[in-house]
Amino acid sequence: MKRYIFKRVLISVFTLLAITLVLFTLLQLMPGSPFNDEKLNESQRAVLDAKYGLDQPLVVQFGRYVANLVKGDFGVSYNISKNTPISQLVQTRLPVSINVGGMAVGLGALVGLLLGIVAALNRGTAADTIATIISVLGVSVPSYVFALALSYVFGFELSWLPMLYDTKAAFASSILPSIALSMFTMASIARFTRNEMLEVMGSDYMLLAESKGVHGAPLIMRHALRNTLIPIITVLAPLIVDLMTGSLVVEKIFSIPGVGSLLVTAIQSNDYNVVIALSFIYSAMYIGIMLVVDILYGIIDPRIRLSKDSGDAASGRPGFFARWAKVWGGSSKKKAVKVHE
Amino acid sequence: MEQKTREKVMEIRDLSITFKTMAGMVHAIRGVDIDLYRGETLAIVGESGSGKSVTMKAAMGILAKNSTVDSGTIYYTYHHDDGSPKTVDILKLKKRELRRHINGKRIAMIFQDPMTSLDPTMQIGKQIIEGMLWHKRATKAEAWEKAVKLLDEVGIPDPDKRMKNYPHQLSGGMRQRVVIAIALACDPDLLICDEPTTALDVTIQAKILELIQNIQKERGLSVIYITHDLGVVAKVADYVDVMYAGKIVEKGTIDEVFYDPRHPYTWGLLSAMPDLDTADERLYTIPGSPPNLLYEVSGDAFAPRNQFALNIDKRLEPPMFQVSDTHYASTWLLDERAPKVEMPPELATRIQRMEKGEVQHAGE
Repeated sequence: MKRYIFKRVLISVFTLLAITLVLFTLLQLMPGSPFNDEKLNESQRAVLDAKYGLDQPLVVQFGRYVANLVKGDFGVSYNISKNTPISQLVQTRLPVSINVGGMAVGLGALVGLLLGIVAALNRGTAADTIATIISVLGVSVPSYVFALALSYVFGFELSWLPMLYDTKAAFASSILPSIALSMFTMASIARFTRNEMLEVMGSDYMLLAESKGVHGAPLIMRHALRNTLIPIITVLAPLIVDLMTGSLVVEKIFSIPGVGSLLVTAIQSNDYNVVIALSFIYSAMYIGIMLVVDILYGIIDPRIRLSKDSGDAASGRPGFFARWAKVWGGSSKKKAVKVHE
Repeated sequence: MEQKTREKVMEIRDLSITFKTMAGMVHAIRGVDIDLYRGETLAIVGESGSGKSVTMKAAMGILAKNSTVDSGTIYYTYHHDDGSPKTVDILKLKKRELRRHINGKRIAMIFQDPMTSLDPTMQIGKQIIEGMLWHKRATKAEAWEKAVKLLDEVGIPDPDKRMKNYPHQLSGGMRQRVVIAIALACDPDLLICDEPTTALDVTIQAKILELIQNIQKERGLSVIYITHDLGVVAKVADYVDVMYAGKIVEKGTIDEVFYDPRHPYTWGLLSAMPDLDTADERLYTIPGSPPNLLYEVSGDAFAPRNQFALNIDKRLEPPMFQVSDTHYASTWLLDERAPKVEMPPELATRIQRMEKGEVQHAGE
């Protein structure tokens, strides 16, 4: 298990490095330079280039960029607020987005799982139908519609919760946006849980467990749930990143000072450094969450664990890309479990 | 068989089961009678879709949710710990009672595919002791010890170490041994084996069958085999029930069914069995395919595929004709008004050779 985690971490670091390289290259390809002032002459420009290290070879520049990244230095903003370090811009906004997104993920995953399980266990009944209707609504109605509706009912009509984000009452003002954001997650998790659970319930090992005499809650808890959870984690991971990094529209509706709005402003005002920095942060979060997911897989699914004594290093689970292809394609969910003779 | 009083373990009468599908109602089981006596082995033979598995799943109370039992009884007789016998109708028991008192504890089942019948996320040791703890047969420590013994008994080397393995770390044959250990965990008196060797390769098949037979002898179990492999039947069974389209068409002792088959379907099955020294180049197959049970079957279900079919077969379902005390077949050919029809000559010569012990079956 330790080796497995070590390997995963190493892979993640390399992925992040590769992404940084791509972002850095993109930055080089962008037109112009930071010193695009027509009043500057050649020699003045050279002095400035030397000052900021832009006269060095690209490899050295990249090395320095990465070294600064590790220290948390993303450079400075050009346009949004001149010469403010980007880390400072992000520092105040990221926690807000993560806070709202985290609540949305927690809520969506929990309610979604419950709905899915209830629907699967009561297949074909009214409960199943209601759960299906909720998930169809959640997937098809955009989150800003929920945001507006919630804001109108609970913020305006009933005045239970703040309509606009208030940094002094962070929790209370996060509730409505989290609910609005969580709908999509909740709906997709509910739908996926239901299908996965039905597949597990119809499996041979559930029949075997039943023929042992096990029934009721222990049957579900011991055999069905764990096997249902494995694929669900895969679906949940990208949803988490989506929510954590903020949703522009919902942030606008509730005036949340999050990173989503920062990104849009940065793009609109050609603030390259900020765009690159935010892209890097998104990627880092994505990779970080995938890392957590991979480790979680190892904990939940014994087939992933690579222990010394078992001798069969190759796991029966599909690899990273195969898993994702599966989620996106939504195609055959038959697991090709390898035979270890 | 000795002529001492045989005690009935299971008596299925007039069982009829329907499945609700997208296409309509499928009448999968159409009046099945099955008897099983203590310590004996019964094989239910038939092609895929004939209803063998469904019948036994009904006896286990693990029928799929879209099925309904239209009629019938499944009487099961067991002994309390003090030795007093009790007979229950499994179909009338509540699911809770069935799981609590019958499943695993008294009737256990071995499934067809060991690759899918073990929970992939649970250590095999835990899967074995689960039943014992559930039925409160043992404390955790005792159960663990017993599980190790069981693994040893079913022929798994290093049972102590294997207890902590997950299913994917074992081969197919090993997994089937684990499934057998799970079935034996609570000392059941009836074992239902649903094609226990179909998913295994031939070299392992014989070993697993032998294992089940040995365990049966040692523990005095009654066993029901569900299979389409006549080779398996010949090796293990005392009695054979031949099933076709949701009905038993011929039943008898193994000798009666193998050496004196009366139903044309049984003739077909026996002819279609490959053996190593048949002169014919081509392996016989029964023409056509089984009837679609979505539609009402009129007359004998086998008639359309039966070269010996009589006119009455198309109109009226044949009753069970008695051939001997133990041998019954459901075909109008046995009616006294029917024309004399002999089994196909190829089969007759093959049976002659079988009687002399000359026939070797492929895969043995």
